[in-house]
Amino acid sequence: MFKGNLLILTVLVGLSSWFNSPTVLAAEFNSPDLNDLLHGGLQSKGPVNFTKFFDQDSTQKFCSELKPVVSGDEAKRLMSDNLKGIKFLEDGAYIGDWARGELIAQSGKGLRFNDLENTKNGGNCYACHQIQKEELAHGTLGPSLYRYGEIRGYSDEVIRYTWTKIFNPQALLICSNMPRYGHNKILSISEMRDIMALLLDPESPVNQ
Amino acid sequence: MFKWSVLILIFGAFSFSQVFADEDTTAGIQEYRDLLDDVNPAELWIFSGEELWYRKAGPKNASLETCDLGKGPGVTVGAYVELPRFFFDAQKVMDLEQRLIYCRTLIQGFSRADVISYPFTKRGQETSEIEMLVAYIASESRGLHMNIPLMRIEEKRVYELGKQFFHFRAGSHDFGCITCHSGDNQRIRLQELPNFRNKDEASKSYGSWPAYRVSAGEVRTMQHRLYDCLRQQRFPEPIYGSDLMTALIMFLAKSADGGLYEAPGIKR
Repeated sequence: MFKGNLLILTVLVGLSSWFNSPTVLAAEFNSPDLNDLLHGGLQSKGPVNFTKFFDQDSTQKFCSELKPVVSGDEAKRLMSDNLKGIKFLEDGAYIGDWARGELIAQSGKGLRFNDLENTKNGGNCYACHQIQKEELAHGTLGPSLYRYGEIRGYSDEVIRYTWTKIFNPQALLICSNMPRYGHNKILSISEMRDIMALLLDPESPVNQ
Repeated sequence: MFKWSVLILIFGAFSFSQVFADEDTTAGIQEYRDLLDDVNPAELWIFSGEELWYRKAGPKNASLETCDLGKGPGVTVGAYVELPRFFFDAQKVMDLEQRLIYCRTLIQGFSRADVISYPFTKRGQETSEIEMLVAYIASESRGLHMNIPLMRIEEKRVYELGKQFFHFRAGSHDFGCITCHSGDNQRIRLQELPNFRNKDEASKSYGSWPAYRVSAGEVRTMQHRLYDCLRQQRFPEPIYGSDLMTALIMFLAKSADGGLYEAPGIKR
């Protein structure tokens, strides 16, 4: 009886190692990493180019780590690099047209693979932020921007900070969720000025 | 609750009324879903999917009854809550949709190109057979709990790759899955976002796909959900049935491990 059990056990162990061996071999000889998977799983379409997408910059690489150390030296270096690339306006005319800004803030179009190459990019601000009080369909991923200027004032310092935040939020908060609208050329200088006006023109409904 | 009180303290009276507006909106959406729950249109897809499963088709004129979804040939009950998993015959980890591609090519003799050519129903056109089959197989796991033990080396590896992809930030907007799915109580516009770092939210979300999308009038699969996420993330177009999608699904499924599986459900 005991011998019989032992025999079954031996056969089972033998079987399981036979079943297991192909896996081990597969893991050793055919072990794709994320790069292989990305190449086999994504393709260029419309305005989205795979090669360009795959070529992450140092900020994207850092923020793709499972737990990026956002208070370390590398984080500080990356923030300073991002800050260097910001274009400040010599004429100081940061405030455009708030009504045009509202249209840009509402639009979520542009740069998706089903968009056309010449689709006008939106800022899609309402996806994450409350802005005008009347628009109830706003997201909550970012802080509320309602009464933005009323609360913070309209000083040069506030204007410069806000321009920096829109142009490249990674300069102020590494691994921020917000897109780098100026740095990545999602919006033009003139379009960013219109967003500035939506937030910082005392006449904008945001500040009423 | 604590969060709300802090918010109210900071932003004062205005935010107070805003909180109620938000809760009203969310409650409204839920009420709409509850109304539809009694007459889930996904039942039509499930019924057609079951027919398809048993119907002889393809160059080999065979049904899918010998297809092994991981619990033995032809076993559909409880298969979905244990997927993705490693398959000995294919020597790789597959999610349900990859496994159906495998079975339809091997057992029914279709070409891979044929099988993957029409994964998502287009407006006004015939219903995708994949969506019907997935709805049926998924419904056979209703009421069961997600069971993703990651027993095998291959499964662990695919899970880790999926986790890396979940955190991968790239493209014009620096987005990744993590951008929208790593915090509690967040929304895009009015759409609530499941936090995949939170087991309860992950379970609730994963356990509701595939789902009947009211806006599309179709049942959509997990791969379609991810396709649309990646589109909004400004990522390149995902290739249907690729190992990348399987890895991501493995990460999501494991995040929902142990949770109740209730799909096909109803979504906006």
